[in-house]
Amino acid sequence: MYIAALVKLAYLAGALAIVWGLKFLSSPATARKGNILASIGMGLAILTAILEPLEGSYSNYHWIGISLIIGTLIGWYKAKTVQMTEMPQLVSLFNGLGGASAMVLALIEFSKTGESTLGIGAGVILISTLIIGSVSFTGSVLAYLKLDGKVDDKKVTFRGHNMVNNVFTVVILAVSAWCLLAGEGQYMMFGWILLVLSLIYGFSFVAPIGGADMPVVISLLNSLTGISAATAGVLFDNQIMLVGGILVGASGTILTILMCNAMNRSLWNVIVGNFGGSAAGGQAVTGTYKEVTASDLAIQLYYAQRVIIVPGYGLAVSQAQKLCQELDAQLAKNNVEVFYAIHPVAGRMPGHMNVLLAEANVSYDKLLTLEDANEKFKGTNVSIIVGANDVVNPAAKTDPSSPIYGMPILEVLDSDAVVVLKRSMKPGYAGIENPLFFMDKTRMLFGDAKDSLTKLVQEVKSVAG
Amino acid sequence: MDQVAQFINENILLIYLLVFMVILGFEVISNVPTILHTPLMSGANAISGIVIIGGILLMRRTAPDDILTILFAAIAIILGMTNVVGGFAVTNRMLSMFKKKK
Repeated sequence: MYIAALVKLAYLAGALAIVWGLKFLSSPATARKGNILASIGMGLAILTAILEPLEGSYSNYHWIGISLIIGTLIGWYKAKTVQMTEMPQLVSLFNGLGGASAMVLALIEFSKTGESTLGIGAGVILISTLIIGSVSFTGSVLAYLKLDGKVDDKKVTFRGHNMVNNVFTVVILAVSAWCLLAGEGQYMMFGWILLVLSLIYGFSFVAPIGGADMPVVISLLNSLTGISAATAGVLFDNQIMLVGGILVGASGTILTILMCNAMNRSLWNVIVGNFGGSAAGGQAVTGTYKEVTASDLAIQLYYAQRVIIVPGYGLAVSQAQKLCQELDAQLAKNNVEVFYAIHPVAGRMPGHMNVLLAEANVSYDKLLTLEDANEKFKGTNVSIIVGANDVVNPAAKTDPSSPIYGMPILEVLDSDAVVVLKRSMKPGYAGIENPLFFMDKTRMLFGDAKDSLTKLVQEVKSVAG
Repeated sequence: MDQVAQFINENILLIYLLVFMVILGFEVISNVPTILHTPLMSGANAISGIVIIGGILLMRRTAPDDILTILFAAIAIILGMTNVVGGFAVTNRMLSMFKKKK
């Protein structure tokens, strides 16, 4: 009896550590501690699950040990070796694994139902675990493939795709209801059917979503995995699974909504919106653009009072963050104030750009949020846009037919001059034309971000003498 | 309808827990600065690996000669553990870059 109570207390302590850890994770000063605390809570929960006295236990410790070691090695290796630019893919992939784990557990529970009758409650829980786990699994895998550039957005969608998804939803719900009401003795067969349907639905659900909406989807899938962990917790009558799962489900939902707000879009809009897919709407933009040479720009920068750099994902893919920092250091010698304006959705995930710049040793207090940056653009001599596009697109304010209409943007046009470092005139990741490039204040500096910045740093050095 | 009523009657504590955890989850996350969204998502993702507990409990309850179930449980544990360890490790790596520098 004492041991049973002790086990329950150990789970409680683990759950507390996880909740507190997540709380700490949401504030910059305590985030690191929070992560460690949550991992300790998780460790405690795993240890308790291994050691708790279980009726009819066969132990199978060698199996458990081997599986834990394999999982640890893979997870550790991937986490240590991943490039920071590839973070979003990895998070998505890990998330898919969690979903798959819930899916496998639900399948086994299905196979155990045999001839018995499932009650409504138990049935709903079991079916939800299977469906949500599977959708989260294939959805995350497709999100991973898309972000990794292994799958082209346009190749996995077709006309009427949203209609097909709606039909899928109805069919899955209908089969689930059928299984609950008249599935006795055949639950396993229903399990397989639901598995296949849900796996396909996961792919199909993520397929039409692309471009800047990917982070929202990853966050959404993350909260789905949490929910599947929670329902699995009910299956196994384990409170810590329930607590951890719901916590992730709820916080993931809020995070998803926060991200949508940052883009001024509703979640529904993201899911059915086809953003960045085939429909790259908006008015066509034409006009002439003006170029600037690296040496001219260097002079302009060196004698400026304030320069704001607007980094985008293009900067990250060419691994040019460190060069930005170097340019910044050179300009500092002539007392030029340099800031970085970070749009909430810069990079491939909110906050991703902060991580990338932090990796390049850019000081934390030089990073401006959208609001702060928009106050500072007035009185700024030069804004340099490196590999960013949609986040500075004035069409978001002026063209109601643009897919990004309404999204808050960085008001670079408030500064005296705008320079865009860009590979070519091609539209950005989301495929939307940008009238900024044709404005009077704007100058283009074509080339790979890394080459352009290297040249620029050298030119600034020679100006400085 | 009877079954639903019965379910509610039998599981009222569970329902309370559910409702309050949802509120807690909402509360904990609101007011997060954008800069922490990515690490937070990654940390939450690691926590959702808690599903591994189910895998371990299942494995312990499975007879050693039921090889198929053992294999599935092993897969569930491996997937869950990869999610947990990888998730926490990568979150830690991200957060360690945010140390204040002068």
